[in-house]
Amino acid sequence: MPELLLEMRGIGKSFSGQIVLEDVRLDLRAGETHVLAGENGAGKSTLMRILAGIYTEYAGTIALYGRETRFGSPQDAARQGISIIHQELSLIPSMTVSDNIFLAREQAGPAGWLRFQREREACAVLLDRLGVPVTPGAPVGAYSVGVQQSIEIAKALAFEARILVMDEPTSALTEPEVERLFTVMESLKRAGCGIIYISHKMEEIYRVADRITVLRDGRYIGTEERDRLPRETLVKWMIGRPMSEQIFRDAKAPGTPVLELTDFSVPDPGGRPRPAVDRVSFSLRRGEILGLAGLQGSGAEVLVNGLYGVYGRLTGGEIRVDGAPYRPGSPAHALRHGLALLSNDRKREGLVPSMSVIHNISLAALPRLSPGGLLREDLERRAAEALKEALHIRVAALTREVATLSGGNQQKVALAKCLETEPRVLLLNEPTRGVDVGAKHDIYALMNAWTASGIALVLITSEMPELLALSDRILALHQGRVTAAFDRGAATPEAVLAASMGSVKGNDYER
Amino acid sequence: MNDNPRFDRLRRVLAQPFIRATLALVIILCLGALFNAEGSFFRWDAHRDMLRHISRYGILACGMTLVIITGGIDLAVGSVLGLVAVTSALFMIHWGWSPLVAVPLCLLVGLACGVTSGTLISRFRVQPFIATLAMMVFARGVAKYISGGRKISQGVETADGFVYLDFPGFFNFLNARILGDNVAVVTLVFLACAVGAGLLLARFRPGRYMYAVGGNEEAARLSGVAVAFTKTLAYAMSGLFAAIAGICQAAQETQGDPEAGGSYELTAIAIVVIGGTNLMGGRGSMALTLVGALTIGYLEKILSLNAVGEAGRLMLTGFIIVAAVLFQRSKR
Repeated sequence: MPELLLEMRGIGKSFSGQIVLEDVRLDLRAGETHVLAGENGAGKSTLMRILAGIYTEYAGTIALYGRETRFGSPQDAARQGISIIHQELSLIPSMTVSDNIFLAREQAGPAGWLRFQREREACAVLLDRLGVPVTPGAPVGAYSVGVQQSIEIAKALAFEARILVMDEPTSALTEPEVERLFTVMESLKRAGCGIIYISHKMEEIYRVADRITVLRDGRYIGTEERDRLPRETLVKWMIGRPMSEQIFRDAKAPGTPVLELTDFSVPDPGGRPRPAVDRVSFSLRRGEILGLAGLQGSGAEVLVNGLYGVYGRLTGGEIRVDGAPYRPGSPAHALRHGLALLSNDRKREGLVPSMSVIHNISLAALPRLSPGGLLREDLERRAAEALKEALHIRVAALTREVATLSGGNQQKVALAKCLETEPRVLLLNEPTRGVDVGAKHDIYALMNAWTASGIALVLITSEMPELLALSDRILALHQGRVTAAFDRGAATPEAVLAASMGSVKGNDYER
Repeated sequence: MNDNPRFDRLRRVLAQPFIRATLALVIILCLGALFNAEGSFFRWDAHRDMLRHISRYGILACGMTLVIITGGIDLAVGSVLGLVAVTSALFMIHWGWSPLVAVPLCLLVGLACGVTSGTLISRFRVQPFIATLAMMVFARGVAKYISGGRKISQGVETADGFVYLDFPGFFNFLNARILGDNVAVVTLVFLACAVGAGLLLARFRPGRYMYAVGGNEEAARLSGVAVAFTKTLAYAMSGLFAAIAGICQAAQETQGDPEAGGSYELTAIAIVVIGGTNLMGGRGSMALTLVGALTIGYLEKILSLNAVGEAGRLMLTGFIIVAAVLFQRSKR
């Protein structure tokens, strides 16, 4: 039996009288990856904050390396070998890799001189061990998010961390970066570290986990070896009821064309010469879901952003909305023409965290909800109440700040904001990202309801089952060009992936 | 521990920014009652004079609240106040223009300053601190240029010797007290400004957009908010309020001093911050600023009633600003 690094027993925590954790336990062995699973709001983050020393008031006990302990602060926890790799990276982009790694623990000589050279050498050794191709003297901001994440892990190791907590570390990574992360995790395990891994992705959970612990509604449900926990059981544990993994699409006969693109092009937002979207044409009809398949850099995201006017007028080609010519100009312009966009980054682009749920929902629809420029709280409240019901948004009061909601509920608020604009075409960029299983199925049901009411959807999602099950048609994009088109039922994961990777064989789309 | 529901309810009430700000004000008032300077604190004139004194700062703070809610800062308000004090004195004392012409022109001067700052910030992406710092220096320069560096007052030297001009009735009215000598007119001007800014924030679409822009500019833009217009509007309103304060300044000092308003912007920011409006933008309200104005006003009044000199007043005010902000944060 490998060494037990961590043992949390009977952990409980409540905020303002509301119990968020009750009698939860979790242990971690040296050399294992322990996946912590549960829906949004199940208490995973709270448990990890206790472990990180952020919450110092809690019930229960924490034993570290066999000795009972109690952290007084996050620094205290870090000193004792616990390191959290955050979803949002905590590196300083303008500083060099080695300065970041040794931040606040600089190696200083007499008189406070910094020993840059020694730091850089130590840093190089560390990064080498992780197999990350990085120059210690280069600024962190020069590297991609995936590499930055590896740097953050290196920083944790420099702290001599033995317990690493990774909270959805792959959410912003490309496929090769994910692979590298998993390789790094393997080498960490071999070095005797334990990893607590939080994820919402089924494939990933079964890929990395040695053991899995499930929380639900702040309670401990169970812990099991990966191989002894079938997926159906895991889902059942997480949601408390058996749920079919089947995604249901209730496709009706589509109506008249509502969005027609002819040779639509968008220049690269980063300024590279090759256009990000290159002469894409399609026609979208009422009540239809068009899926856009593509890997990182395929141009799918740039396409919907370009349509929505995020890049202003810098687009080419012809667009018709309901038969009338449309030229992207600004988001406000797009909204007036019945287009709405759900961004894939709700924290940065989707919501105003300091505003209430009501005010977020009404924000994009204010021109309609405040006739004459006069705010009408009654109209806004009524609209928000209706959408809260329709989308099953769980919130104590609609006047709460959006920042206080869980991820899934925030996503629903972002969706509600789009819907309140009464769109004809809804552009959905990763509508289920960071959302728990229950909320996902809510969103699938809603997509069916919206199309039934005549709204047309453009769907971008990195989850293949979702794309295949929901889309009535799929366009595969590669480097800004359409490489294949599939009708419902004709698409297989392999074919779609192959087309997204640039292979056009077996398809006659290019004619 | 701390799970007692009664304790909890109290904590939730205390967590409301308005309650916190009011509590700070009440503490100051209690101090006033305690150190009442042989009862002077209990007489209405003390309060009336305090309100008169704080009015110009309060008017500036109205605009500052809008700007800070959008996530910006306006350092130019003191200089714009000085510039408008000069122009209004010039128009009405020296040139004898009717206020019907002079006042709109003066407001236009303030508005132009604000629109310029706002345009620099929203269209040319100059940082608010830099853009309004430049406007602060520039407006002071214009004030000195127009006035020739001298105070614009009733006394004028001409070829025939020294002439003493009439003081305009409009300035007399602004400087007067009404309602049985109980309220200064400038205080009513301040209240009107506060109500105006408050209504804009709470009842009109552009006000809501100011919160959205300050809370998350990118999300606001993607929601169809005209971000550049909203920001420019905030600075334009700030310039407008600075112009109103400038006219009041000229009336109260019976002259247009090109040096007037130096460091007033800092007092205005202090008022907004003591009220509890967040300097990061997105959170705050006009009601908070009103409480902040009263807090600063009473603090200074109580200190001067107790014959604390200017040196001591300034030092204590510094302390109180920090104390008020720490106090508000501890209740969160």
